Amino acid sequence: MTKTKVTVGLGSCGIAAGAGKVYEKIRSLKEAENLSFELGKTSCVGMCYREPLVEVTDGNGTYLYGEIDPDKAVEIINKHVNNENPVSDYIVVTDLYDTPDRKYLDGQVKIALRNCGMIDPEKISDYEERGGYGGVKKLAGMSQEDVIKEVMDSGLRGRGGGGFPTGLKWKFTYNNNSSQKYIICNADEGDPGAFMDRSLLEGDPHSVLEGMIIAGYAVGASTGVIYCRAEYPLALKRLAIAIRQAEEKGYLGGDIMGIKGFSFNITVKEGAGAFVCGEETALLASVEGKRGMPRKRPPFPAESGLWKQPTNINNVETFANVPWIITNGASSYAKYGTEKSKGTKVFALAGKINHGGLVEVPMGITIKDVIFKLGGGIPGEKKFKAVQLGGPSGGCIPEYLSSTMVDYESVTATGAIMGSGGMVVMDETTCMVDVAKFFLDFTKNESCGKCTFCRIGTKRMLEILNRITEGEGEQEDMQKLEELAYQIKDSSLCGLGQTAPNPVLTTLKYFHDEYEAHINQKKCPSLTCKKLLTYEVIRENCTGCTVCAKNCPVDAIDGERKEVHFIRQEDCIRCGLCYTKCKFEAIRLS
Amino acid sequence: MRVNRIPTKSPELPPSSEKVDLSLLDPLIEKYKNKAGITIPVLQGAQDIYGYIPREVFLKLSDELGLELSELYGVATFYAQFRLSPVGKHIIKVCHGTACHVQDAGTITDALKEALKVEDGETTGDGIFTLESVACLGCCSLAPVMMIGDETYGKLTGNEAVKVIKEIRLKEKN
Repeated sequence: MTKTKVTVGLGSCGIAAGAGKVYEKIRSLKEAENLSFELGKTSCVGMCYREPLVEVTDGNGTYLYGEIDPDKAVEIINKHVNNENPVSDYIVVTDLYDTPDRKYLDGQVKIALRNCGMIDPEKISDYEERGGYGGVKKLAGMSQEDVIKEVMDSGLRGRGGGGFPTGLKWKFTYNNNSSQKYIICNADEGDPGAFMDRSLLEGDPHSVLEGMIIAGYAVGASTGVIYCRAEYPLALKRLAIAIRQAEEKGYLGGDIMGIKGFSFNITVKEGAGAFVCGEETALLASVEGKRGMPRKRPPFPAESGLWKQPTNINNVETFANVPWIITNGASSYAKYGTEKSKGTKVFALAGKINHGGLVEVPMGITIKDVIFKLGGGIPGEKKFKAVQLGGPSGGCIPEYLSSTMVDYESVTATGAIMGSGGMVVMDETTCMVDVAKFFLDFTKNESCGKCTFCRIGTKRMLEILNRITEGEGEQEDMQKLEELAYQIKDSSLCGLGQTAPNPVLTTLKYFHDEYEAHINQKKCPSLTCKKLLTYEVIRENCTGCTVCAKNCPVDAIDGERKEVHFIRQEDCIRCGLCYTKCKFEAIRLS
Repeated sequence: MRVNRIPTKSPELPPSSEKVDLSLLDPLIEKYKNKAGITIPVLQGAQDIYGYIPREVFLKLSDELGLELSELYGVATFYAQFRLSPVGKHIIKVCHGTACHVQDAGTITDALKEALKVEDGETTGDGIFTLESVACLGCCSLAPVMMIGDETYGKLTGNEAVKVIKEIRLKEKN
């Protein structure tokens, strides 16, 4: 009989949902009762909406339990592990029978995320057992040109957002002669709403290291630097463990895999919190210890990068794909995807969606399929309105374009960008003007200040949007926004400024009527913009508790104790306090 | 998200020079002396020691590592991670990532602002809490989310967030 194994998912999101306590409970129970099952850790399998997750593997198959708390964990151990009686109420996926959650996994093709949620990220042997470092082992039989050709043939493009062909980038760095070249891994994932890089670093750090080692061999670099956000403490910890293990095993160091003269070492640099450092020249400045401000290109980093030496920069997800390509061959990778966008892409599904989490899908799948087939649709029978792709540099794709295919060209044609793969779903209760304002507020704060149009233009645009959402918009505002948007795009040095107006431009294009409603009728159709709402007391629900009247900062609410209250519209400043304070849902928004 | 940190108005938190023990910096200076590209790690190290970067620390680092004061200050003010004034015992990080925003993170911050009587980025008078808005904490499926210390609170409402704060404050007072 196979030994029963219990695995707890301990990624950041799992821990946030309480997985740490579940693990502790199971561990102490195992110790106290001297139970013989094997207890393991893994990272995020991508099913964030069901965290914390506990997987039990016994002689019959595997069972994934979802939304587990310490009490449920005890129940599972007692019934399933000790008495071979699975607790069907908590099972989300099992290989024995079909469950509704199975759809979430079935539509996916896992290449970059191949090991996430499958291995213990702190054990190099787990990674090796699943074919890890197979790519590095193959290097001895390949020339540098062979490796570059393989990556070029695979059609892999930069997964950080730009979509530049990875093999070509490597070739540029390879072509520049220098005794010192660098490989940099961009792990400064700053997009609000994207967390696949964090998940990869936490769940499978060795795949990123292996990708970097292969890149180092291909371009002739001996030093690798991972520039990782300081906000990812767990990722930093697991990277440090992984680097130490790889050094001990000889995957890092001198004469790797017996290849004479091929040495490669990796260090980690902690970012200090600046979105602009995701831009490659800003990132280089930051690694050198300076303010992270972009510079003019050319010279490109491939020619003059870190400390003025040829440097190749790729992001985490790109590197994670590389070992798979080298091990399985370019053609296996190119089998997936569309003509110009090969392979798979990881998306972080969030917002108004039933199944939020990480999904990896072949390029060319439609947005609709991602949201409704994998993501399980919109909660509460609300109407799907739009999806925001590409973070602050991206745009909003409306419902009627939801059959757009997910590949670099199709997404760009809508005015959004693929970006790093944040996919935030919005329903009819989301105000698109407010969304545009949210992203602009973000880019305004994160603009490094070097280019005038980006620094001041974004602020001016934000002021206009603030006016519109506060009911002081004017007819010409929409035209002003558009003019400014194109000026900022044309006059900014780096990607941040060039793409900052995208959320405004796409919402202006696809949701013109919402802007019109805010400006002309002074109404917010999705009841989001506070200043445009009216507040009324619902007579039937009001108990006369006087909480609203006490909290009203302008004394605009009349009423005696235990009698129905009344809001004087002419005095109301629309602060919304009465609405948030009322315990009886007796305030209506309209 | 970059937070503009307004210096605390509290009179109880004295950023006076006597309180800053500069000798704590010596191992850090030893470690990074005569190396290139050290500005950010040095400042990170200093902040780990003091919780923020006091004025005197800038002066000492500049003197002993041969870095321009303007460069150190420029870097410290560029990156969101660095603080120039002391913070409260508990830092409340309210997530304002995209997912949390569409799930109404604004009301969480508003409720906390009112309960704590501080603005975003400020510290309460008793030095217990600092309220901050941060970009994605990465638990988008739990949105809206806030984080206090290592504890993450998900699927919040304004009232629930205030309840959490009240509990912590009660514990602090006992």
